[in-house]
Amino acid sequence: MEKELKVKKIKNGIVLDHLPCGKVLDIIKILNIDKKTGETVSILMNVESASKGKKDIIKIENKKLEDLNIDKIAIIAPNATVNIIKDFQVVKKRKIRIPDIIDIINCPNPSCITNQKEPVKPKLLVEQTEPLKARCYYCERVFTKEELVENI
Amino acid sequence: MNIISTRHMKRSFIEEVLERTKKMDPVAESKKQLDILEGKILATLFFEPSTRTNLSFTTAMKMLGGTVIGFDNPRTSSVKKGETLADTIRVVQSYANAIVMRHPNEGAAALAAEFTNIPIINAGDGSNQHPTQALLDLYTILKEKHKIDGLEITLAGDLKYGRTIHSLAYALGKFDVSIVFASPPALRIQRWIINDLKSAGISVKETDNIETTSDVLYLTRIQKERFPDIEEYQKVASAYVLNEESLKKIGKETMIMHPLPRVNEITPEIDHDKRAKYFVQSSYGIPTRMAILSMVMGD
Ligand SMILES: [Zn+2]
Repeated sequence: MEKELKVKKIKNGIVLDHLPCGKVLDIIKILNIDKKTGETVSILMNVESASKGKKDIIKIENKKLEDLNIDKIAIIAPNATVNIIKDFQVVKKRKIRIPDIIDIINCPNPSCITNQKEPVKPKLLVEQTEPLKARCYYCERVFTKEELVENI
Repeated sequence: MNIISTRHMKRSFIEEVLERTKKMDPVAESKKQLDILEGKILATLFFEPSTRTNLSFTTAMKMLGGTVIGFDNPRTSSVKKGETLADTIRVVQSYANAIVMRHPNEGAAALAAEFTNIPIINAGDGSNQHPTQALLDLYTILKEKHKIDGLEITLAGDLKYGRTIHSLAYALGKFDVSIVFASPPALRIQRWIINDLKSAGISVKETDNIETTSDVLYLTRIQKERFPDIEEYQKVASAYVLNEESLKKIGKETMIMHPLPRVNEITPEIDHDKRAKYFVQSSYGIPTRMAILSMVMGD
């Protein structure tokens, strides 16, 4: 951990660690970072990890935990860690996990009743995490991780 | 109590429905009206027309002494375009003691149940489920074969989009049966249904044709709209037609079922065959729905 922080320490913000290699762009897409928000983002790819081969890392300066959609990140990178940095120190380390109920992705079935402007949130019940499988509470279909990620 | 999906039903519940259907059977046959739902109102909301199913529920309710309100065609009904299903349900719940509904979108019945405390009976939600059909199918099997456990059932035709097939497969999955799925490759049953059945301990096989010696052959219609061109459809669909010729390749004791209406997948020339049970099956719709209505609204 110390070693990679040396690459470029950030003063305040968030480090998303232990991301699977090659998923960085998918994650950047859901972080809602653009010209207007103006955070500085550093991406480290193919970093040698002590335990599990190579990994990717994303560092976002001046970003707060509550500004991140942890559930979405968990679906793409179920084994990721979130480090909260204050004054160059890791003040909190959190392993993220896939929620039991996913309500931040619409049901991938276009003719599901939840995709017809009804006043309900999606409700995808996670039946298996590795590999991810979730069943829509309403239309009862089961979706794979790929189908879910496409809808993020 | 809601009747939304056979996937959620316990075997004991299904057995209770079958037991009650058996009691309603002679009543339905004699067409003598009972009074157990006197003073109760059933709303039948058909957001997608189905005269047959609507008629069946209406008859069942009237046989139990109850009253029916509702619509069979959303275009001519009071359901304005643009009103959400949630709103319609919240309004109709003050008119009726239970709601029967058919809707073109999957999950509609489950959603309706979240907006009311009165019972919701799913009469078809898109390609997902049609549980009362599955229960009447099970009653037919029990009545004609005297058991469900130990049987092999072949479900054939459009397995991908057929809600009747999905409901029946999950209902059968509560019993000790083996299921054969016979369909063209493009209309195979969804992988998760196969997985659900396998994890329930059901033996499952998939095949390309309807030649079978199973205890039951349950045939459904293959629709033209599922194919890119008419030639492709004709090539595929002809293998799922029962006529005098193809009937020769079906087991001597194989009961033939079909949810009706049929178009050309079963030719009338085989109607007299003793294995053909689809009209008997259809007649069990009334006692089954009487049983269900009395369970959800009875005291
Ligand atoms: Zn759905």
